Amino acid sequence: MNQKLTVSPSPHLMTSRGTRAIMLDVIIALAPTAIASAVIFGPRTLAVIALTVFSSVLAEYLFNLILKRPCTVGDCSAAVTGLILALNLPSEIPLWLCVLGAVIAIVAVKGLFGGLGQNFANPALTARIVLFLSFSKAMSTVGTPNFTDAVSSATPLSAPESELPSLLDMFLGLRGGMLGETCAVTLILGGIYLIIRKVITWHTPVAFIGTLFLLSLAVGENPFYAVLSGGLLLGAIYMATDYATTPITWGGRLIFGAGCGLITFLIRTFGSYPEGVSFAILFMSLLTPYIDELTRPHPVGSPRRRDPFKKRTGGESKKAGG
Amino acid sequence: MSFLKLRGVKVPHRKNTSGMPGVRIAPPKLITLPMSMHIGAPAVPVVKVGDEVLKGQLIARAGGFVSSPIYSPVSGKVKRIEEIRSFSGPCPAVIIENDGEDRLSPDIKPPVITDYKSFCQAVADSGVVGLGGAGFPAAVKITLKDLSELKTVIINGAECEPYITSDTRTMLDRTQDLREGFALLEKYLGVKKIIFGIEDNKAECIKAMSEISASDPCVQIYPLPSVYPQGGEKVLIYNTTGKVVPEGGLPINVGVVILNCTTLAAIAEYVRTGMPLIEKCVTVDGGAVKNPMNIIAPIGTPISDLIEFSGGLSCPAAKILYGGPMMGTAVPDDSYPIMKNTNAVLFLTEKESALPSPSACIRCGQCIAHCPMHLDPPAISKALDAKDSKRLLDLHVGLCMECGCCSFICPAHRPIVQNQKLAKAAARKYSAEQKEAKDK
Repeated sequence: MNQKLTVSPSPHLMTSRGTRAIMLDVIIALAPTAIASAVIFGPRTLAVIALTVFSSVLAEYLFNLILKRPCTVGDCSAAVTGLILALNLPSEIPLWLCVLGAVIAIVAVKGLFGGLGQNFANPALTARIVLFLSFSKAMSTVGTPNFTDAVSSATPLSAPESELPSLLDMFLGLRGGMLGETCAVTLILGGIYLIIRKVITWHTPVAFIGTLFLLSLAVGENPFYAVLSGGLLLGAIYMATDYATTPITWGGRLIFGAGCGLITFLIRTFGSYPEGVSFAILFMSLLTPYIDELTRPHPVGSPRRRDPFKKRTGGESKKAGG
Repeated sequence: MSFLKLRGVKVPHRKNTSGMPGVRIAPPKLITLPMSMHIGAPAVPVVKVGDEVLKGQLIARAGGFVSSPIYSPVSGKVKRIEEIRSFSGPCPAVIIENDGEDRLSPDIKPPVITDYKSFCQAVADSGVVGLGGAGFPAAVKITLKDLSELKTVIINGAECEPYITSDTRTMLDRTQDLREGFALLEKYLGVKKIIFGIEDNKAECIKAMSEISASDPCVQIYPLPSVYPQGGEKVLIYNTTGKVVPEGGLPINVGVVILNCTTLAAIAEYVRTGMPLIEKCVTVDGGAVKNPMNIIAPIGTPISDLIEFSGGLSCPAAKILYGGPMMGTAVPDDSYPIMKNTNAVLFLTEKESALPSPSACIRCGQCIAHCPMHLDPPAISKALDAKDSKRLLDLHVGLCMECGCCSFICPAHRPIVQNQKLAKAAARKYSAEQKEAKDK
């Protein structure tokens, strides 16, 4: 045999489902929400989304080029970041802010910390916070949803109770807000898709939403409004499930989600900002390494604090023969 | 019984050859017998160059307690005793020229077994090692200091690797051997419970085994989910009995001895006929093989003969594997011989052997979610990069059985198992140094 053979260590079989496939799944999951936002807030949202995604991908490309790193645009993670960021912006935002937000997300939050998987804070979410704190006016001027009158378009969290939109309108997304956070029905459908495709697990969203639901119920608020308003669904399903900045184990994700729900509730109830989802996720991301340490799975057969094998093996393992 | 099953991954089955009984190949002109076809000390040759040998004659005796004797699969002449390349470095080998006369050694007669001790001796003499692939000498497994500790024997018929069907063929074609094997275990090891674990993608095996064990109350056929690595020792023990083998311990610590089904059949055959282990059923498959099939080949047959016998390759092989694609070993050429523990030889095409290149870890947690041992590969990789061997021990990296689930499932296609192997070595070195420092 003259043929040169490959000699490599096992395994010799790998799943074909790569990072890119996962990112594409996220894009697919968010597509209905993006379309819904254009229906609700008008065609300008499409320009915002397109520009933000394009800026993110370009920022990643240029960042890699300048630092002479391999081009990572192909894994689609920058596109996902751009898409999620765009959904976190108001439809009437000045277009240059979209570009700035994309650069903050990709360069400052992701690239400078080592790129994909190395950042400690969610790029899109952090960019939203930076824009929100720096350009409060532009970020607070939300568009008026179609199909509704002006009164019910106010952001429900800051509106007096008498002006709240109906629950059905809330569910369909016919309310004021960032362009991608209002349409609950598409956000939930996308989340179910991601869970079915095993991109995310149910733990974080269920713990996050569940905690907020129960806490709102406990203080006598309408829990459905609490869940459907603000950026909760977008945050809980698409940002609190970001791999790099949230716990890696299921147990950790439950703790993370519950913590996010609690902090969101506290900020909404006692804080000076009407919305707390992004701050809650950012704060819990800082705790992620500790949560990971706390919830590391117990290796099978390693001694526990109360060693179940101590009695059986007399402390030391007996070898059978040799 | 229902337990929380240990995790794993769903690998493609590709059991193309499950319906094909093994076909016997004519012994080749030259037989190469490596002295290390098992875990433990290499066997020691008892023949010299030029010696006449007969089929079934002892060629090399066991080189220690954890070792196994080797017998000649043909009659002929010892041509050379030389060092050959093997998977784990250079290895002495006895090369026998086949005279084609197939003369049987007069030593072949059924062993006289009267009690547990003589049974263990017979198993040692049979040259049988773990035929599922591990190659651990079977006699060492069943030779126990205290036989009363043994409560259960688990027969491993999981065959969880893709492609391989040699155990499937054992279960379908060697029912007589297996039935006798059960009887031997009950009689000489005194076990009251034999659990036969078979993955549920082999319904015909489950049926066949249920039929032969119907009259035997000790034998329990246990269908397992078809999730790799169901045949891993610790996984199989947990999934059939719910018992957890402690870290660094052996199955007997939880009262279990585990044998592969082909191993059991080989032991039973030796006890009945006195013919030691000289041939092996091997699955020849892979995308480059024209006619995938099971071949019963004399141990020492070069794999080039097998592929020729099966009808050749349909396209050039880009990778040749001993064993399955999850844990098999790639070899640099096709002159390597069939060994005792070879259960499959796979010839992969260029396309099949091309693996995606690794990218950055995205912390998706799939490796943790699928590790049968519940390890944390990302943390282990980090500790390895930081050269923090103490942390590696804290993370119990020694439990890793290198099954490859983590690498298989990783969307970033990272070489996680390789990292785990390096980490295991670092942790072993560290604990040895610690022990040395303590002894001083």
